[in-house]
Amino acid sequence: MKTLALPRQLPGRLPRNYLPVLVTGALFIAMFTAGGIRYEGFATGQIILNVFIDNAFLLVVAVGMTFVILTGGIDLSVGSVVALTTMIAASLLPSTPSFLVILLVLAIGGVLGAAMGAIIHYFEIQPFIVTLAGMFLARGLCYTIGTDSIPITDPTFTAIAQTRIDLAPELWISPTVLIALAVVLVATYTLHYTRLGRNVYAVGGNEQSALLMGLPVARTKIAVYTVSGLCSALGGLLLSFYMLSGYGLHAVGMELDAIAAVVIGGTLLTGGSGYLLGTVLGVLVLGLIQTVISFEGTLSSWWTKIVIGLLLLVFILLQRLIVTTGVSRER
Amino acid sequence: MKRLAWPAGILAALLLVNLIFTDHFFQIEIKEGHLYGSLIDIFRFGAPLILVALGMTLVIATKGIDLSVGSVVAISGAMACLQISTLPSQDSIGGVLGAIGVALALAVALGVGNGFLVAIVGIQPIIATLILMVAGRGLAQLITDGQIITINSDPYKLIGGGYWLTLPFGIIIVAVVLALIAFVTRRLALGLLIESVGGNAEASRLSGIRSHGLLIVVYAFCALCAGIAGLMISSNVSSADGNNAGLWIELDAILAVVIGGTSLAGGRFSLGGTVLGALIIQTLTTTIYSIGVPPETTLLFKALVVTIVCLLQSPAFRAKVFRSRRKPAPPTVPAGEKVTVRT
Repeated sequence: MKTLALPRQLPGRLPRNYLPVLVTGALFIAMFTAGGIRYEGFATGQIILNVFIDNAFLLVVAVGMTFVILTGGIDLSVGSVVALTTMIAASLLPSTPSFLVILLVLAIGGVLGAAMGAIIHYFEIQPFIVTLAGMFLARGLCYTIGTDSIPITDPTFTAIAQTRIDLAPELWISPTVLIALAVVLVATYTLHYTRLGRNVYAVGGNEQSALLMGLPVARTKIAVYTVSGLCSALGGLLLSFYMLSGYGLHAVGMELDAIAAVVIGGTLLTGGSGYLLGTVLGVLVLGLIQTVISFEGTLSSWWTKIVIGLLLLVFILLQRLIVTTGVSRER
Repeated sequence: MKRLAWPAGILAALLLVNLIFTDHFFQIEIKEGHLYGSLIDIFRFGAPLILVALGMTLVIATKGIDLSVGSVVAISGAMACLQISTLPSQDSIGGVLGAIGVALALAVALGVGNGFLVAIVGIQPIIATLILMVAGRGLAQLITDGQIITINSDPYKLIGGGYWLTLPFGIIIVAVVLALIAFVTRRLALGLLIESVGGNAEASRLSGIRSHGLLIVVYAFCALCAGIAGLMISSNVSSADGNNAGLWIELDAILAVVIGGTSLAGGRFSLGGTVLGALIIQTLTTTIYSIGVPPETTLLFKALVVTIVCLLQSPAFRAKVFRSRRKPAPPTVPAGEKVTVRT
């Protein structure tokens, strides 16, 4: 992967920066192996592909969340923006061409994100509160459009939903996975090979220093919330392909899943440190937990939440350990 | 008191809307020895939120935040209902008290866990409590076994739905807790200690304040408040729902605290402001129902009010919009101007 081959890091620092990502990767492989030993028919390629298919929208949303968290912010509005997107798409599709709907919802997501970013930066209000208001706003707009679930019957949307791309015999993916992977690749390129990416890491590392260095802090901060809004809208589109319906109660609590995926993927919530590869692995781990619990059969669905909570605890303690040992070594 | 002007003004404006649009809004009457009226209802239904927000105020004063209160609400309600449902007689006062004790002890234990992660391990509060927020919903459902436990216990019903001395019992609980917090933080030194930990945890530790212990106590107290709120909510409907009880109450509570003028940056807090903030949120909900706006739009109004209140309280916003009114430039202005020039 590109992130692992990233040059220009001091050799001595490499293991510490990549350790959380490596641990998440190891955890994923360990879970997959353990599942393969324990359950019949688990250790197939299609299981991993299914995790991708079922979590493509979460992956896209988590990519946007990674940008925000890298700058030291947080975006609580993503779940509601996803729901708003499905709702707008479902209510407009019968009368509007699908490509217009797609462009419109992406624009709405981007504008909403940019507006929140601007308020956060120019009026110096905490991201937590601003995006919380954004969350209420988007969810409220959903309920204003309608309180019932609206089915999507548009031919383009149903065609995307039903397409199966065969990779090999008995291995297939949906187009949504391709879109999600494309988003991951573009985002990785942006973070590591463009000025915007450098600025994101710099602002997250120390906003004051970034400002004094002459970096465009305002533009960067507004940009990351715009990216997150765009990703949420795109995630909402992927969810409407997956569910073929628009509903105000879609994606309730998805912001927590996205934050959990980013944290499990080793990105520091204080900002400035983390990799998109980690986020991808974080989403895969969350998806695999659900798969394992459904294979187990006797475990109820709420164990998912408990296991995710425990994993969060372990990973946060691990990060804490890495940071403290790092500091003491530097002293 | 100047700090309370904005929230008090907003609350007055909301009440004024009600005065114009709703008949008999300010009417309070006594039926069968109980107080009734829209104003009483605002207090009664707002009681759990006020409690949670009071606990949250102290946490935020230490520069922390507690996202797990909603889960603690669900867990404590679930635990109490589970205990009561196993009693031979659900009306036995001793048994109900025992159940309440177990539920609150569990809540305090969870709060101590949060405090431990924040104070001793040194994790950012938002993350440390996120763990319990995610896992706690699962725990609550584990306790209720995914079912909604319904109970039929008169003594338990009193907490959330009952009356005592003509007042709803929930209001009395809130008044007692508020008086207790106000006495402990404003008449004793504890409030000063909490504010100093919020201002600078390391400096206050060096000056001899046991900040670690204090933090754990504050998080435990916040969880205790959430636990009591959980009892109220589950007692009001005589059932425990692990999935939906107290859903998003953490966000409402944080809003109440912020609207009340307590800064998320820590170091100072206003109990009166928090109560006002919680009342604003509850009045907003009641207003929307009573003036006939579709209840689906509650969230839109909430978003609007939150944005307005936060903008009004932001020094940067006031400096930019009402620049001419301010003679001494606040310290945030130069940084802001630099940024505007550069973009």
